[in-house]
Amino acid sequence: MEVLRYRPEEEAEPTWESFEVPVHPEWMVLDGLNHIKDQLDGTLSYRWACRMGVCGSCGMMVNGRPVLTCATYLESLLPGPLRIEPLSGFPVIRDLVGDITDFMGKLSSVKPWIVRDTEKPVEDGEYLQTPEELAEYKQYSMCINCMLCYAACPVYQIEPEFIGPAAIALAQRYNMDSRDEGAQERMDVLAQHEGIWGCTLVGECSEVCPKKVDPAGAIQRYKVSASVDFFKSVLMPWGER
Amino acid sequence: MDQVVHDVLLVGGGGAGLRAAIAVAETNPGLSVGVVSKVYPMRSHTVSAEGGAAAVIRPEDSLEAHAYDTISGGDWLCDQDAVEAFVREAPKEMVQLEHWGCPWSRQPDGHVATRPFGGMKIERTWHAADKTGFHMLHALFQTTLRYPPIARYDEWFVTRLLVDDGRCQGVVAIELATGKVQALLAKAVIICSGGGGKVFRFTTNANIKTGDGMALAYRAGVPLKDMEFVQYHPTGLPFTGILITEAARAEGGWLLNKDGYRYLQDYDLGVPEPTPVKRSMELGPRDRLSQAFMGERQAGRTISSQYGDVVHLDVRHLGEAKIDKKIPFVRELCIKYQKIDPVKEMIPVRPVVHYMMGGIQTDLEGATLLPGLFAAGEVACVSINGANRLGSNSLTELLVFGARAGRAAAQFAGSQAAPSSALMAQAEDEERRLYRDFLQNSGGSERVSPLRDEMQDAMEEGVGIYRDEEGLLQAEDKIRELKERFQSVSIDDKSLTFNTELISVLELENLLDLSEVVVSSALARKESRGAHQRTDHPDRDDDNYLAHTMAYRSDEGAPRIEFAPVTITQWPPGERIYGS
Amino acid sequence: MNPEYSRHEPKWYRPKVPIFWWLKQWAYFKFVARELTSVLVAYSAVMLLVLFVVVDRGQVSYLEFVSWLSQPSVVVFHMALFLGLLFHSVTWLNIAPMAIVPKVGGRIVPAKAVLLAHYAAWFVCSAVLTWVLISK
Repeated sequence: MEVLRYRPEEEAEPTWESFEVPVHPEWMVLDGLNHIKDQLDGTLSYRWACRMGVCGSCGMMVNGRPVLTCATYLESLLPGPLRIEPLSGFPVIRDLVGDITDFMGKLSSVKPWIVRDTEKPVEDGEYLQTPEELAEYKQYSMCINCMLCYAACPVYQIEPEFIGPAAIALAQRYNMDSRDEGAQERMDVLAQHEGIWGCTLVGECSEVCPKKVDPAGAIQRYKVSASVDFFKSVLMPWGER
Repeated sequence: MDQVVHDVLLVGGGGAGLRAAIAVAETNPGLSVGVVSKVYPMRSHTVSAEGGAAAVIRPEDSLEAHAYDTISGGDWLCDQDAVEAFVREAPKEMVQLEHWGCPWSRQPDGHVATRPFGGMKIERTWHAADKTGFHMLHALFQTTLRYPPIARYDEWFVTRLLVDDGRCQGVVAIELATGKVQALLAKAVIICSGGGGKVFRFTTNANIKTGDGMALAYRAGVPLKDMEFVQYHPTGLPFTGILITEAARAEGGWLLNKDGYRYLQDYDLGVPEPTPVKRSMELGPRDRLSQAFMGERQAGRTISSQYGDVVHLDVRHLGEAKIDKKIPFVRELCIKYQKIDPVKEMIPVRPVVHYMMGGIQTDLEGATLLPGLFAAGEVACVSINGANRLGSNSLTELLVFGARAGRAAAQFAGSQAAPSSALMAQAEDEERRLYRDFLQNSGGSERVSPLRDEMQDAMEEGVGIYRDEEGLLQAEDKIRELKERFQSVSIDDKSLTFNTELISVLELENLLDLSEVVVSSALARKESRGAHQRTDHPDRDDDNYLAHTMAYRSDEGAPRIEFAPVTITQWPPGERIYGS
Repeated sequence: MNPEYSRHEPKWYRPKVPIFWWLKQWAYFKFVARELTSVLVAYSAVMLLVLFVVVDRGQVSYLEFVSWLSQPSVVVFHMALFLGLLFHSVTWLNIAPMAIVPKVGGRIVPAKAVLLAHYAAWFVCSAVLTWVLISK
């Protein structure tokens, strides 16, 4: 295993370091890293938590592709050597740990919560939502914020202002939720150059998504509805926004 | 040293912590709230919960029925006033979460759907397919982003509570990214940092579940209650310990031994029917199912595998369509982590450490015995789970008691003076300790991972599903030896930047304290009840042990165990009957 | 020691994106090729306009234009252009189902059907055009 190390207190640039790691059929790439940390070099830094592909902590570049290391078998990458790097597109704090503060800010900016003009009192029970209405947005609600899509997105790498796949997909998740009334507010944020129009449709975000959220699809559908909105407002300026 | 002051400080950003943060912000929008978490909130372990969250909603159901199931499931060790408050507020909290966008599964008419669950007589488990915890956590987290007074300290690790004048007034925490040690002062602190399943090797728990909050409170003199009760979930994947949700059985899955026989019928759990019967067979409570597995193993009727003995969970007869609709995550996990497709093959499973019923002793408002300190969620023990938690009660618990603790802490904070300046001396002491013991000391002969491995092995060996005095004493000796050896531990990593080895040594310190408490509590309870089964004391003994164990830290080393009464309101202790 | 480091203030390392990032992966290359071939689409649109102008100017200029088109180098260039256009059209059509998710009677039309409809429409248009061109 070749691991990209970056120790900001000692060096100005990352360097590669090699480790010999045994391969067991059940082992994931993450188990290999844990072997290094426990047995060979306690100073290696990386994030992980659930080891079942749902917490979104352990995304890294493995042989140039962004993957969840807890869900990628070592065996599938033989004969090696594996090259492990931090996720592309994020400033590196140390070793395999990237800084995702930028994403957290973008996430808030798309208002990922239920927006309503009037909120129903809890005592009056739940909002009704049929299974079909649920199915409309369910796919977009599966995002685990693992950041693989950002690492796969060349637009985000070149123009870090781009809001990016996961945040837009999440905005779309709320827009398509029958309980939500915030689509217009979100459109004001997203119908910008850094928003949906920043996307040039490389499509890799959807390819690397471990939860099949299809952010590329979400963005393209958003573009269609933004265009329809625009034409409506030009052709029917008297109409309701 | 820098200091920050908040009105209310949350330690932990999982389900309970986020729910509490919102409760504080709604109770008094003028209060400033800080959420300190060692991981980004959406990484918290709530994310892994699968099956669902219980709350009475169907017309044929009643609060009494939910309370009775919970209390009998807990083998009468629940505090019944807490259970009554819990079942009463559960539906409201669940609707609230619906209003915040949680994508609950629905019936065709648009109302929320429910499913049966282990130990529950009536269907009352709300679910979002089989990723309930994931959806709850993300809905809560995204909702907190609406509240400007909620500030977050993501990837900060709390190392100590600051107590002065008999009152908890903040914490000392280290910012992972920079290595800065800082005092975070507050008028009230709520601990919501989850359980400590990582005292065991084979667990469904994430790597981050190291009982930090329990250890913090324990060291500050707050008792840990009922810590001997550790829940084994009957169905974990054999190598990884990944949880296969109870929903797989609730939807109709069967547990089979090596002869393809539904063995639970031999363990007083009812008679097998083709479709699920509530409070019966595969829908019995988790403690009994895990114990039945041990019985089968004893009798040589389990299947041996490379990673221990297993039985089979068979869901093939449900068909692909139902599996994909109701338990898609089970299929995903099996394919990805076990390389089998449950549509075509049986799932090998074995019992796995899942949950701690015990925790920081709190009252119904989440207040601990230390003024200014509150707790909620798995880290706390308000005693709704007793000796065995029913599946789908814990997600609801974190909402109900997270909200309660948040409201109570908001009120408490409103009436307190600003934190005292004497705390800074304590905080500076703590910073010096961290440097002296770990960052500047390199002479130690012990390393983190062997100590952790030996602790986990000792716990698996001595404090498993069945326990006896001899095994417990051996575990106690071993833990004590490890604590001794911990004194000469040192880490390779002396960096101030994202030093994960420093965090793991601090976590190990917490785990060692916690495992000692679990063992001592288990030794003190000389009876068998719920998840605590003593082969040398095989019966429940209400005369002597219808009581909570309370573990206090003592200067002599071993925890001091006291007993506290169980609150009984309307359900006198009785026999637990399943399958009739 | 890194001289840039001061206590508690580590510098995050920001990797630079290499100029040839799009050669690293087939998917990226395909994307860049799709985007670049749009220049060819523009070129062919301009050619069409030029053709109109030429025809408008009369037979002589039209014949001159045709003889320019028949030069071997121009023919080769246009063959390559045609391949480029084909690549652009196919890759462009393939992403259509991402943007267009129509519903018929409350059910989402499967992506394959959307894709098929696009190809069918493309084929029909081409067939009609071919017929117009050949049947004079």
